[in-house]
Formats: sequence, structure tokens, C-alpha cells
Amino acid sequence: MPQNQSKRMLAFALSGIVLAVLPFIVGSTLGNSWVRTLDFALLYIMLALGLNIVVGFAGLLDLGYIAFYAVGAYTFALLNSPHLSIFMPWWFILPLGAILAAFFGIMLGTPVLRLRGDYLAIVTLGFGEIIRIFMNNLNAPVNITNGPQGINMIKPIEVAGFSLGKPVELFGTTYNSVYIYYYLFLLLAVLTVIICHRLQHSRIGRAWVALREDDVAANAMGLNIRNIKLLAFAMGATFGGVAGGLFASFQGFVSPESFGLMESIMVLAMVVLGGMGNISGVILGAVLLTVTPELLRDIIGPLQMKAFGRMIVDPENARMLMFGLALIVVMLVRPEGLWPSKRRKAEFHDALDDGIPAADSQAADGLKG
Amino acid sequence: MADALLKIEGIHKRFGGLHALNDVGLTINRGEIYGLIGPNGAGKTTLFNVLTGLYQPDEGKFTFNGQDLFRQKPHVVVKAGIARTFQNIRLFGEMTALENVMVGRHVRTKAGALGAILRDRATMAEEKAIRDRARELLNYVGIGNVANERARNLSYGHQRRLEIARALATDPTLLALDEPAAGMNPRETEDLQALMEKVRSSGVTLLLIEHDVKLMMTLCDRIAVLDYGKKIAEGVPQEVKSNPRVIEAYLGAAHA
Repeated sequence: MPQNQSKRMLAFALSGIVLAVLPFIVGSTLGNSWVRTLDFALLYIMLALGLNIVVGFAGLLDLGYIAFYAVGAYTFALLNSPHLSIFMPWWFILPLGAILAAFFGIMLGTPVLRLRGDYLAIVTLGFGEIIRIFMNNLNAPVNITNGPQGINMIKPIEVAGFSLGKPVELFGTTYNSVYIYYYLFLLLAVLTVIICHRLQHSRIGRAWVALREDDVAANAMGLNIRNIKLLAFAMGATFGGVAGGLFASFQGFVSPESFGLMESIMVLAMVVLGGMGNISGVILGAVLLTVTPELLRDIIGPLQMKAFGRMIVDPENARMLMFGLALIVVMLVRPEGLWPSKRRKAEFHDALDDGIPAADSQAADGLKG
Repeated sequence: MADALLKIEGIHKRFGGLHALNDVGLTINRGEIYGLIGPNGAGKTTLFNVLTGLYQPDEGKFTFNGQDLFRQKPHVVVKAGIARTFQNIRLFGEMTALENVMVGRHVRTKAGALGAILRDRATMAEEKAIRDRARELLNYVGIGNVANERARNLSYGHQRRLEIARALATDPTLLALDEPAAGMNPRETEDLQALMEKVRSSGVTLLLIEHDVKLMMTLCDRIAVLDYGKKIAEGVPQEVKSNPRVIEAYLGAAHA
């Protein structure tokens, strides 16, 4: 279908142009802080797509995913800051962080191979907390992570002697480093999308879905459940590790506070709200959940001042309240997520429409006949 | 002397106080259709699960095609050449019929995550081969027309056939079917019988559990009868049918 294909090419080209000029439009109208929000949205897209491999594709509920983000971030921070006076090139420590995260993914995966559902969620939650608490307490007797104070002055990524952390001047205008990071994050986010898409439509992707659908049948069809689960944990963790390294270099500062349970829940919410298992949906979820709280921050305070002339509710509380309400409403109205995969949408709707799976009702008919 | 494909000896399986399999031994010969019958609760499905690696027997010997499969994991058993279907159909409901069969090819293919990401020529060729073979198998069991339907939306008879196609996708030497005719009308049973004959003539050995004794008597070359976890008879259908212990197990001592 050449017509269809040219349409797709056009859509790709258009979204490419939009994404390329987006920071300049946002920056000139809303200011640099919103470009920074865009950067974070891209970072969260990478994180959410990584978690989507574990939760969406393989169906393993992981509540400690942020631990891998922490591993990536701390790897970068420790090996490229004055804290330990080690300065290694980013092209070495970013992949190293990814590999370490994958290693931790397997470390987490191995003991939980036999667990499913709620039990798995609880153990992974514990794992996430363990990593955070380690980061918090590894400052004595030997100071490794600098404890709750965190590590600062992390060196930004440098490409060919050009530091991404410094503002650049272009056509007489100075652009903040958030602009340059935007393009780096965009590049890596696109790469993540391609990798996830290719994994999904492969022998490995099918094995993950089979595992999610029925692990006993999958095993009886010759799938090595252990390897497939570990691969899902490792692949998901890898993306978390890369995102963590980027986060560390972008912020220039990491502390255990950034890797709490709330962060894990937030990333999971992106996956679930957007549409588990569907890459487009997960991207939508990540963007919405990054942008909405910031949007509410900008709206609620001024709105109260305008309406009542003073602050009635603390804007920070009101913001989270509205955000929470919005999440509840979405999940009630669209339990399958905003943009679900066809497969998942059908899953929800069939279950709601007829109450019993089609096969069972027909089996009953067959027995009667 | 026939050529033995699968051989078990002295298999025991206990669930707590229940001795589900008590010293069971049998031999399945290459190319035959071997039937397993017995009253409810006799241990047929337990034995079936032991033979397909889903249960680990407590004691005994289990060799298949010259390979020791005692206490091996299911995926090792599948790789060795034993594929199965389930009594209560267990398809990947949200995947299409074609995808279900493609999953069955997993064990005979090897593309990894790296290949999937890079999409190198070998991976793409393998992917195409998987798809082609899956289509071929759907046509073989006669449901090629529903390849892109989701498995859970297929009719019951089609689901049964899809399970057989998925199992055949693993290139089995022995295909084990757990009550394939359950819930089928006589017409569907006849079609299924024809399919099983076709599979056998393609060189695959079959193991069947079935309640439909009439079907078993016409289809099977040899039959084993289980009762209370023990094998009480084995032989060609005529012998088994007239065996007093079998009649006793099915109808009670008064009829023997």
C-alpha cells in the first residue's frame, strides 16, 4: 500500500519537525523551566518504556523499578564527580550504568522467579527500598555515596570537548543547557522507542506475551520461563540505568530522595494510565504525568489569587489533590488506559461485555450438544 | 520387537498422603497411537503431567528417544520432542491463532534480544520461516482461515485444533493429547480422529487420554488402563476390553 506508506512518512516527517522546533516554541513562550519539563518528559518516556517491558509485555508487576534508575544515576555520579575524584568519560559510564542496572535486574529477578502478582509486587517494592536505603546509609564507615546529602557537581556530558552543561550562543541568542539536553534525550528516547518496538514484534516479544497470558502453557510449549523472565527484568533495568545516568549528568546532583517509592509508583502510573503494553500509550502516559503536575502548579496559585484574592488552599496540596482526582477519573472511565494496545482493549471489553470468556461458554454448549 | 520411543519404569508420585502414581511403568513404541484410560481420579492426568515435565516424579526411570528425562523441566522435555495439549484448553487467548502457533516455534528457533533489536538478515529470515511454518500448520489442522482471529474468540472445535497446531509447531516426536475429544459432538470427533490419523501417518507418535472408550478402541494401537494410581492392564484394545480387572475397575466386581 504505497498511499498508506506515504501517509506514514508524512506523519513521521511532520512529527519530526514538530519535535525539532518544540523547545524553541516552548522556551520563547513559556520560558526555560518548561523546556526543562520537556527534558524530564523525555527522560520519563525512557523510564516508562523500560518498565513497560517488564509490566506491559511480560506481565510482571514491578514496584521497585526506580532502583535501576538509582543504580544508573549513582554509577554516573560516583564515576564523574569530585566526590571520589574520579572523572571517567560519559561514553564509558553511561553504558556501564546500563550494564550494572541489568545486573541488578537479574539480581532482583532470580529470587522472585516463582512469585506472581501481588507477591511479586511486594518483593520488588522491598528491593526498591533496599537500594534507596543503601544509598542513604553508605556514607559510613567508608563514605561511598555521601548519604542523604547526595553527590553534587556531577560533570555534564561532553561531546568532542563541548560541554552540554554550558549555555550556547546561536545567532546572537544564548540558549540554556536544557535545549542541548533536549536533543540528546530526544535522540535516546527515539532509540528506546525503536528498540521496544522491535523487541515487541520479535520471537522474544511473543515469548513475553505468552508468559503473561499463561505461564504454564508457555512452559509446556518449551519456553524457558526463567530465562525469559530474567531477560525482561534485565532489558527493563537497562533502560532505567541509561535514564538514570542521563538524569545524573543533567541535574548535576543526585540524592536518595529522588529514588523513593513515589517515583516508582509514578512511573508505573505512566505505564498503566497510558495503556500497558502499547508503546504509544506509554509515551502519552509519560508526557501527561510529567506535564500535568507542572501545569497545575502554574494554574492553581494564580487562579486562587484571581478568584478569592488570597490563597485558600496551599497550591502544592491542591495540585496533588487535583492530579490524584484526575488519575482516579481516568482509571474509572478508561480502565484499559488512554491509548491501549488492541489486544489489551479487547481483553477489558470482552471481560466486561460477556462476563465469561468466549471459549468457556462454547465449551459448555459443546457439552450440552 | 517394536522400537521403543518412550519408556518409564517404577514411577511414583505422591501428593501429601495421596499416592497418585504407584509403580507405573509403560513403553510407547515409535509410530503407534497409545491410549491411556481409566476411571476418574485414576491418575491419568498426573501421569500425563509427569510425562510432559509439568510434574516431577518422586521415583522411577524416564527415558525418551535415548535421552534421560527423569525430573527434567518442561522446556527440556519439549526440546527432547514431547509436545502436549491441555484437557481444559490453555491457549494464549489474546494472541491471534497465528501468533499462538508462532510461540510453538520458539523452542526450535534461536533469535535473541540483540537480533530482535538489530533485525539482521538471519533474524529476519528466521522470523519469516516461523511465520510460514505457522501458517502451514494452521492449514494442516484445517483452520488457516482464522489465522488472524484472537484465540479466545475461536469456536471450541477450532481452539482444540489450534492447540494441536501449536503443539505440532515444536516439531514433536511424541504428541500427547489430553482428552482431545472432550465436549465434541460425534461429527467433530470424527474429524478429529481423521486429523490424528493424519498426524500419525506423518511420522509422529501419539499418546492419548480419552474418556470416549469407543473412540479409543478404534483409534489406538495399544492401550494402558490405570486405576488408583496403578497400571492394571496394557495391550491391544481387544485384550484390554475383555480383561476382567478392567471390567471390574469400570463397572465394579459384580460384573467381572
